[in-house]
Amino acid sequence: MILHELMSYDLLRVIWWVLLGVLLIGFAMTDGFDMGVGALLPFVGRSDVERRVAINTVGPVWEGNQVWFILGGGAIFAAWPPLYAVSFSGFYLAMFVVLAAFIVRPVAFKYRSKREDPRWRNGWDWALFASSAVPALLFGVAVGNVIQGVPFHLTDDLHTIYEGVWYMKFIGLLDPFSILAGVVSLAMLVMHGGAWLTLKAEGAVQRRARAYGSVAALVAVGAYVLAGLWLAVGIEGFRTVGDHVANGPSNPLHFEVERTASWLSAYGDRPWIAVAPVMGILGGLLTLLGLRAGREVSTLLFSKMAILGVISSVGLTMFPFIMPSSSDPQSSLTVWNSSSSHLTLFIMLVMTVIFMPMIMAYTAWVYKVLWGKVTEAEITDGGHSSY
Amino acid sequence: MELGIVELSRLQFAMTAMYHFLFVPLTLGLSILVAIMETVYVMTNRPIWRQMTKFWGLLFGINFALGVATGITMEFQFGMNWSYYSHYVGDIFGAPLAIEGLMAFFLEATFVGLFFFGWDKLSKVAHLTVAWLVAIGSNFSALWILIANGWMQNPVGAEFNPMTMRMEMTDFFEVLFNEVAQAKFVHTVSAGYVTASVFVIGVSAWYLLRGRHVELARRSVTVGAAFGLASALSVVLLGDESGYSATHSQKMKLAAIEGMWETHDAPAPFNLIGMPDQEARETHYAIEIPWAMGLIGTRSLTTEIPGINDLVAQAEQRIRSGMIAYAALLEVREQRDAASPEAMATFEEHSADLGFAFLLRKYVDNPLDATEEQIIAAANDTVPTVWPLFWAFRLMVALGFGFIGTMLYFFYRASFKGMNFPRPALHLAVWMIPAPWIAAELGWFVAEFGRQPWTVDGVLPTAMSVSALSVTEVTLTLLGFVIFYTVLFIIEMGLMLKYIRKGPFEDVEETEAWMTRHRDILAGRRNADATSMPAE
Repeated sequence: MILHELMSYDLLRVIWWVLLGVLLIGFAMTDGFDMGVGALLPFVGRSDVERRVAINTVGPVWEGNQVWFILGGGAIFAAWPPLYAVSFSGFYLAMFVVLAAFIVRPVAFKYRSKREDPRWRNGWDWALFASSAVPALLFGVAVGNVIQGVPFHLTDDLHTIYEGVWYMKFIGLLDPFSILAGVVSLAMLVMHGGAWLTLKAEGAVQRRARAYGSVAALVAVGAYVLAGLWLAVGIEGFRTVGDHVANGPSNPLHFEVERTASWLSAYGDRPWIAVAPVMGILGGLLTLLGLRAGREVSTLLFSKMAILGVISSVGLTMFPFIMPSSSDPQSSLTVWNSSSSHLTLFIMLVMTVIFMPMIMAYTAWVYKVLWGKVTEAEITDGGHSSY
Repeated sequence: MELGIVELSRLQFAMTAMYHFLFVPLTLGLSILVAIMETVYVMTNRPIWRQMTKFWGLLFGINFALGVATGITMEFQFGMNWSYYSHYVGDIFGAPLAIEGLMAFFLEATFVGLFFFGWDKLSKVAHLTVAWLVAIGSNFSALWILIANGWMQNPVGAEFNPMTMRMEMTDFFEVLFNEVAQAKFVHTVSAGYVTASVFVIGVSAWYLLRGRHVELARRSVTVGAAFGLASALSVVLLGDESGYSATHSQKMKLAAIEGMWETHDAPAPFNLIGMPDQEARETHYAIEIPWAMGLIGTRSLTTEIPGINDLVAQAEQRIRSGMIAYAALLEVREQRDAASPEAMATFEEHSADLGFAFLLRKYVDNPLDATEEQIIAAANDTVPTVWPLFWAFRLMVALGFGFIGTMLYFFYRASFKGMNFPRPALHLAVWMIPAPWIAAELGWFVAEFGRQPWTVDGVLPTAMSVSALSVTEVTLTLLGFVIFYTVLFIIEMGLMLKYIRKGPFEDVEETEAWMTRHRDILAGRRNADATSMPAE
């Protein structure tokens, strides 16, 4: 098979770096509002019917949305195996917590309304809350750690070794900057959930969603700006030194890396990337205004714009780094040294080009079929088809 | 015995995988059965078939939720507990997993919501299409997962790259059309169809014994028996195909299943039963069927099937060859582009045996330091523990033939005796419900335990595949999963039983009322302004 050589290895690597971002952003834009709704559930729904309205706004779609998460995992495995190996085992207990949340959440959705008992339902409501809010927070914490570098090194056989005792691998994740990043992520997804509920619900649920969503939007923008300032003054960056080999074998040990004063020097080298943080901040503020004004469709779009801006700003700032190592910079994973082989990247791209448009098309069709408000009447009369 | 990282990680994988596979077979089969029932509904417009679709669909939904939830664990566990494996073979193994997400899982997960929520919003044909898309998506999922697993059993289309210290794909189509994967796929989905058929027949039999929902139950048995008969035949046939492909790709597994220590003159006999003795390397009290093994394994009377002792001798040779490969690898890796052509040539000549040198890692850090005793010990390690494989396989096959018999009987009664089933047969059907699950778990046990000591046969030893974690971490997550999965299992079984006891939640009048209302809704929607439903 020589077809794959039509596209150069470095180009494929950059495309897959972009696709990694697309998957993360797709996940945050779709499953993000499910998590936001889950995190808002105890606050926007006071009665059982109100909570069922909130749950049923995402009821028919959360399952498909969650596939973005699973596909994200699969795509990292296929396109960036070293990243998959280092990050999933490095953030071990945190990953377990996320995993537990992603197991509880589907079950909670499906099983919550299958019994009348209020204790049963209340228990599942809190399960929905925790399994939405905790991963939303932890995703940000993980990003915060990646930005600062993670303490690991690679052996000559490319075994990953982590520095420090096991509990510090978990507790050590929760440093102040990473917690701030976690706040950005949680607040952003709660804002997104608020925007979704504004579109899909009415009455008291909608009113409360707008109120809590506005607060979340404000917190998200504030924390994001604060994190940016912190990056400017308090956190060292990384950069590759020596020859720029973008077409070479995926082996981090073939590269030299050193620390720099700040990640933000990237904005001097590539000023155009400033569009990402601007979109993030502007999107957040417009969402805030939209929620206050009671705009529905445009608010959700602004919220998506904020997500796009915030997530892509992290990737663009760190490029070409994906997962730097704080304890042994030479082991750092970059776009040029931690991808799959040339052939695998090409095959996966072909598959993506074939199937991604189909996924987009049928997902859009499903949302169109389900278009419209979820009402209390529909829940109480709908009989058996609602959660 | 003190459990190390390797044992704990294996225990966790075995537990979570077998747990996941409690839900998968029912999803595979029930999705199709439900789609078949809905097809009959759409074609005949008879309310009873809609009632059946909704009832079995509900049970499908309860089961599906846990299948999805526990599947996430599988996908993430490779990176968490098996990070060296992920690094070493991710270039090949990751691709089918990602394609599964793109092609299959997105499809089933997106449409499963519409299956449950879309009854009032879709026309009959559109809803039927949704039901089939869920079924097709589920089954395509199985295809890609089994392509990934098939590669672990028979790693074709890939080679080792000394610069990146990992296996890399050389031919995608070889990975795709791996004969082991293809046989495994049909065998596994057929097993899922049998599971769902036995489940549907068993639950219906329970209703018939109590005289409840007789119309629904009789029709369900009929559909289940027809579908189940075809599937049970297919399971056994494709099981045989797996055996045939194992003859050239997984010789050790085949010999172990057979308890065949010495190479026998062709055609070899089949040990029907016996007592495998690992120490003495002998199978005592064997009852042999002459020629049968040779015929099943090679489909010829003249091809030999190697016994365990000969395979161990071959493994010893491959370990020695692997040590040469490892020495050359160190040189090539050190020199990079400047490596001498001799070193490259030596490496390429022996690289297929590199994995065998890694078997020595159990005894020494550097395989090149291994002593003669260690080499012999490592060669002996290539023999999996025989007796559990021997018995698990026989029990699975016996169950398989049992399913054919049962399905044949129910199919006969349904087709030629006016759906009239004697009570003892109904009792048997209820008691048979767990049997296909047992058979499926035994099958996976044979496939995975039989491949030991490898994660990827002949390429990467299990002991080397794990992450550098502490025993405490893996113990914690293992305990977490045990507690967590136990609670979920109790909840799921409770709900399943509750809804089975309750039976179909709509009676025929309700269903007819719905059908009228549904017709009106659709008629009304056509008249309404189309722009009142803008796309997002």
